[in-house]
Amino acid sequence: MFSLSTFEIDAIILSIQVAVTAVAFSLPIGIAMAWLLVRFEFPGKIVLDALIHLPMVLPPVVVGYVLLMLLGRHGPVGAFLYENVGITIAFTWQGAALAAAVMAFPLMVRAIRLSMASVDGGLYAAARTLGAGPYRVFFTVTLPLAAPGILTGIILAFARSLGEFGATIAFVSNIPGETQTIPLALYSLINTPGGDDGALRLVFAAVFLSLIALVSSEVLARRFVGRKSGFA
Amino acid sequence: MIELSVQHQLGDLCIRADAVVNHAITALFGRSGCGKTSLINILAGLIRPDEGRIVVGDRVLFDSKNGVDLPPEQRRMGYVFQDARLFPHLDVRRNLTYGMNLQIPELRRHSLEEICELLMLGSLLDRQPSTLSGGEKQRVAIGRALLAGPAMMLMDEPLASLDNVHKNEIIPFIERLRDTIDLPIFYVSHSIDEVVRLADSMMVMSDGEIVVHDQVENVLARLDLRPLTGRYEAGAAIMTRVTSYDCTYKLTELTSAAGSLIVAGRIADIGTTVRIRIRARDVSLANTKPVDTSILNVFYGKVVEIENDGPEAQADVLVDVGVPLIARVTRRSIAELDIRAGKEIFVMVKAAAIDRPGNRVRRHN
Repeated sequence: MFSLSTFEIDAIILSIQVAVTAVAFSLPIGIAMAWLLVRFEFPGKIVLDALIHLPMVLPPVVVGYVLLMLLGRHGPVGAFLYENVGITIAFTWQGAALAAAVMAFPLMVRAIRLSMASVDGGLYAAARTLGAGPYRVFFTVTLPLAAPGILTGIILAFARSLGEFGATIAFVSNIPGETQTIPLALYSLINTPGGDDGALRLVFAAVFLSLIALVSSEVLARRFVGRKSGFA
Repeated sequence: MIELSVQHQLGDLCIRADAVVNHAITALFGRSGCGKTSLINILAGLIRPDEGRIVVGDRVLFDSKNGVDLPPEQRRMGYVFQDARLFPHLDVRRNLTYGMNLQIPELRRHSLEEICELLMLGSLLDRQPSTLSGGEKQRVAIGRALLAGPAMMLMDEPLASLDNVHKNEIIPFIERLRDTIDLPIFYVSHSIDEVVRLADSMMVMSDGEIVVHDQVENVLARLDLRPLTGRYEAGAAIMTRVTSYDCTYKLTELTSAAGSLIVAGRIADIGTTVRIRIRARDVSLANTKPVDTSILNVFYGKVVEIENDGPEAQADVLVDVGVPLIARVTRRSIAELDIRAGKEIFVMVKAAAIDRPGNRVRRHN
């Protein structure tokens, strides 16, 4: 009952791989977007904001299908990539990571943006008068002070990526060992006679992974706050 | 030398400033909302003025005609903010060295050790900003600005957020700074006491404009500026030198252009130069030399000007006794004593009314 089958192990490892990849690649973009939205006023800001948040309100299957239309072998971007670079994203684990990243992106940006907005803008002015250019100010003041929010964003995005189902199945299908993450494997097991034990094991695995993410974020957040012992 | 000539529209407020500053400490004085902080921010490069020119020493920081606009990080302005603005994620040591590490070594005028000694920061180095008192935060902020190798200092009401006890704790440090570090300082304040104690010259700002820019003594002797410098607090400031101290009665004798002046308490060491502020409400007038009076300081001088157009029962009389003194008397007294411009009169100053706060001490090297 408690030993995992190769099928389940594959799904768990793939899930972690997909979620880590999704978070790692979307994090720099998420930080940049959050900064852009907090610090600058520009035409089209509302549109950009809405676009970023779109995956949060759209049915995930719609997002997956849009990705498939764009990035599938015959889609405009997908065809270009295949013909010029020779890579395919649809129906690969990288595609699953992309789907997860897109779905988790709004959560990540929201968390980072909130913490960046709470940083006292006066500190930027102070840093500038002390000789720091805008980029140095960003890396030495903005980022460290927004760290708790960035951490929250990472955990939220990681958890969201682990649970991604709709966009993934629409975009990269349900291929064991390639795109079959925990939720997709669970879906297959539920539809298979006698798959109940495996399904239960995967449920435990999902709960376990999510708990680890939550607890580690809590521990890290406390260390941040402890180091700073409150904001001045 | 600082050359400042800027114009900037900020909402309803039009900031207009034309000044050449040669003094060590220039106070920028005015009510809140008159544009003092905006002017400082323009100097620091945090606000871009609509037009003008800013030169500090031989460096042009801003010149709208020639398209010069140095960003704040290249202006070398040591800015001390009203709210200190220490970086909460760095300890005191790393706050202090933040700007220093970004400055090329040739332009670092002070070492961390020197600044720690000047501002007594040694014991605070490993503390987090959130654990510091308001006064300690300001001292760290001053040190941080100095260590960045500034060409001049901008201090935006550094004492405004502190209570009186902490204010008195910081003022000596700013005095030390003024007396030991050769840097021009712009000191924004709305407290006459601070200005008298710290500044050489003062600019009075009102509605975005510099109304007057002169020696502190000259500005405070002008009756027409009292609506701006504060009517209740009005009074003359005179430069004096400490000549002796009477231990028995705890009185200090000062010498000024008006002769000897006795004040209460031991206000400074003998030989030092002290700027004394004499509030108008502590000065009274008499037609004949008063005898049998508790008042220790009696001067004889000529009435220069009477401010007589206010709605109050009192009027301020400017009398020249060798130095300008302002007396606040009732209108009835003016009528009964027949006080008018040109009249010679006795001026009495209560020794007990003058004490330490508001006095300026400058040590002689």
